[in-house]
Amino acid sequence: MTKQFKVLYRFAVILAAAASAMLLGALILWTIGADVTKTYSVIILEPLKNRIQIGEVIIRAIPLTVIALGISVAYRSGIVNIGAEGQMAMGILAAAAAALAFPGLPRYVLLPLALTAGALGGAVWGFIPGILKARLHVSELLSTVMLNYIAAQFYTFCLRGPMLDPAEITMGSGTPQSMRLTRAVWLDRLVPGTRIHTGVYIAVFLAFAVWLLLWRTSWGYRMRAAGAGERAARYGGIDVAGCLVAAMMISGAFAGLAGAVEVAGVHRRAIEGITGGYGFSGIVVALFGGLHPAGIIPASFFFGLLIVGADMTQRMAGVPANMVLVLQGIIILVIVSTRMVLANPYLTERAWRRYRSLTGRNREE
Amino acid sequence: MDYTVNILALGIPFSVALLLASLGEMFNQRAGVFNLGCEGIMAMGAFLGMLVPYVAGRGGPVPGAFNILGLLLAAGVGALLGLFFGVVVVTFRAPQGIAGIGLQMFGVGTAGTLFRHFVGGTQSVPGIDRLPIPVLSEIPFLGPVLFSHNPLVYLTFLLVPAAWYILFKTPWGLRVRASGTNPRAADSMGIRVNLVRFQALAVGGALAGLAGAYLSLCQVKMFSDEIIAGRGFIAVALVYFGHWRPLRIMGGALLFSLAQALQLTIQGQGIDFPYEFAVMLPYALVIVVLAFSRESLLLGPTALGKPFNREMRT
Repeated sequence: MTKQFKVLYRFAVILAAAASAMLLGALILWTIGADVTKTYSVIILEPLKNRIQIGEVIIRAIPLTVIALGISVAYRSGIVNIGAEGQMAMGILAAAAAALAFPGLPRYVLLPLALTAGALGGAVWGFIPGILKARLHVSELLSTVMLNYIAAQFYTFCLRGPMLDPAEITMGSGTPQSMRLTRAVWLDRLVPGTRIHTGVYIAVFLAFAVWLLLWRTSWGYRMRAAGAGERAARYGGIDVAGCLVAAMMISGAFAGLAGAVEVAGVHRRAIEGITGGYGFSGIVVALFGGLHPAGIIPASFFFGLLIVGADMTQRMAGVPANMVLVLQGIIILVIVSTRMVLANPYLTERAWRRYRSLTGRNREE
Repeated sequence: MDYTVNILALGIPFSVALLLASLGEMFNQRAGVFNLGCEGIMAMGAFLGMLVPYVAGRGGPVPGAFNILGLLLAAGVGALLGLFFGVVVVTFRAPQGIAGIGLQMFGVGTAGTLFRHFVGGTQSVPGIDRLPIPVLSEIPFLGPVLFSHNPLVYLTFLLVPAAWYILFKTPWGLRVRASGTNPRAADSMGIRVNLVRFQALAVGGALAGLAGAYLSLCQVKMFSDEIIAGRGFIAVALVYFGHWRPLRIMGGALLFSLAQALQLTIQGQGIDFPYEFAVMLPYALVIVVLAFSRESLLLGPTALGKPFNREMRT
C-alpha cells in the first residue's frame, strides 16, 4: 500500500462523510421546504460578516472549548460524560452564590474564589456518576443524563427561591434570576463593541493544561491507559476506578468552570437558559476536535459559528434554530461512523485492491 | 380508598409510554444493541403522532382513522430511525453509547424543527379518548383502575405477554437472544447476526415511536419540545432494572408511573413541597434503582454493546 493511496483514501472517506452529513441535513431542510444552499450559506457565512457577530461566535466558542476539553479528558479515560449540561448549571450556581455571598471582597480574591467555586460545583456533580460507575457499575451514560434533569430542576428552584433577586419580588415581575454580581467578578471586555471577554485566555490556558496533563504527566498516561484498555491497564497496576472518578471530576470541574466564566463574562447574573445546550454541543466539539486540545479550539469556533448561524437562519431563511441540534446529531453519528471506517483495515485493504485494479498496476507494494 | 383508586387509575396510563419504549429497547439489547437514541425516536414519534390528526383536522372520539394513521406513521418512522441507527452501530460498528446520544440529538432536533414549521406553536389535538370497557368498568374498585382507559393502555399491557412469548418461545426470539448472547456461536449456526440486529432495531424503533405518539395523542394531547422529558432514558434504565424480561420491565414501569401519580396527587393536596424537587424524584429514582441492581451485570446479554465482526478473531 503506497503512502499516497493512504492519504487519498483518508481524504476520500472524510469527504464522503462530510457529503453524507450535508445530505442528511438537506433531507430535513427539503422536508420543511427550505432553500438548502441558502440555509447552509447563512449558517456558515452570515455570522462572519460583521464584528459584533464574530464576537458572538467567539463568546460561544469559549464555553464550548472548556466543556469539550473536559469531555475529552473523560472520553480518553474511558468514560463518556453526557452530564456537562448539569455540571455547568451547578457551576453557575456555585460561582454566583460565592460571588453574591462575599460582595465586599477585593477583585483578586473574589474572582478566583468564584471561579474555583464554579469548578467545585461542577466537580461534585461529576463525582457522583464517577463514583457510581467505579463502585457500583452504574452506566455513566444513564446517570449523567439523569443528573442533568436533576440539576436543571435544582437550578430553577434556586433562581425562583433562595437566590431570587429581591428586586424581582419588590418589582413584582418575578423573573427567575439572581441579583447582579458585583463588578469585582466581571471578566473584562477585550474588544470594544463586542462582548468578547477575558475568558478567552482562560480557555486557551486550559487547553494547554489539558495537553500537559494527558500527554506530559504520568497521571495523564494512566488515565489514557485506563481508557484505551481497561483490563490491560489494571494488569499494569493502574487504579482504573480511581482514574474514572478523577476523570469525571476533572470533566465536571471544566464544565462548572465554563459556567462560572459564562456567568462572570457574559450574563453577570444567573439567569435561566445559560447552559442552553452547551453541554451537548461540547460532546460534538470534543469529537469533532479529535479529542485533542489542538483540534478542540478550532472545532469550538466552528460550532460557535453554527450556533450563531442557526439563530440567524430563523430570521433570514425561515429555518427554525432547532436545526443546529439536528446538524449536531448528524455530525456525531457521522464522526463516530467515520472513525470506525478509517480504523477498519479490511475496508482499507479492499479499497486498495480496487484502486490497484483501476489504476492498472498489479505489482505487489 | 379513594386516593388509592385515583393514584392507580392515574398511574397505570402513565406507564404506557415507558413500557412501550422499554419493551422495544429490550429487544434491541437482547440482540446486543444498546440504543440510547430511544429518546430521539420518541420525540419524532410524538411529533408525527399528533401531526396527522392536527393536519387532518379532527381525531374523532373513538380511535379515529387519523389517530390510527398518526400511530402508524410514528411507528413506521420510528422503525426507519432504528434502521438508520443500525447503519451506524451495526454496519459501521460505531461505539453505541455516543452514537445513541447523536441519534437522540438528531431526533429531538428534527422533531422540534418540523414542529415549528408544520404546526408553529402549542396546539392541542383531539387525541385518543378513553374507552371504558362496557361491563367491566362498572366493577367498584377494579373498574376505574383497570378498565376505564384508552385503547392503547389495554393493547400495551397485552403486549407484555406477547413480547415474552416472542422472545422466549419463537425461533425469531431465539435468534435475537443468540445474537445478543453469543453472536459468534449464532453466526456459526447460520444466524445472520447483523440482520437480526437490524430487525430488532426496527422493532425497537417502532415501539419507541409508538411510545412517543402515545404521549402526544393520549397523555398530553399536544406536542412540545420537552414532551419526552427523559422518558427515553428512563426506559433504557428500566430494561436494566427489569433484567431484560418483559414482566419485570412492566413492574419497573408501573413503579415509576405510580410514583409519579403519587407525586401529582400529593401536589394536588396543596402540601408545601417545592415543585422542582417533586419533578426531580423520578430521575433520582432511576439512579438509585441502577445503583441497587448490580446483579443485572451478571444477567445482561453478554454481547451487549459489542459490535459483531465476522472477520475478527476472538
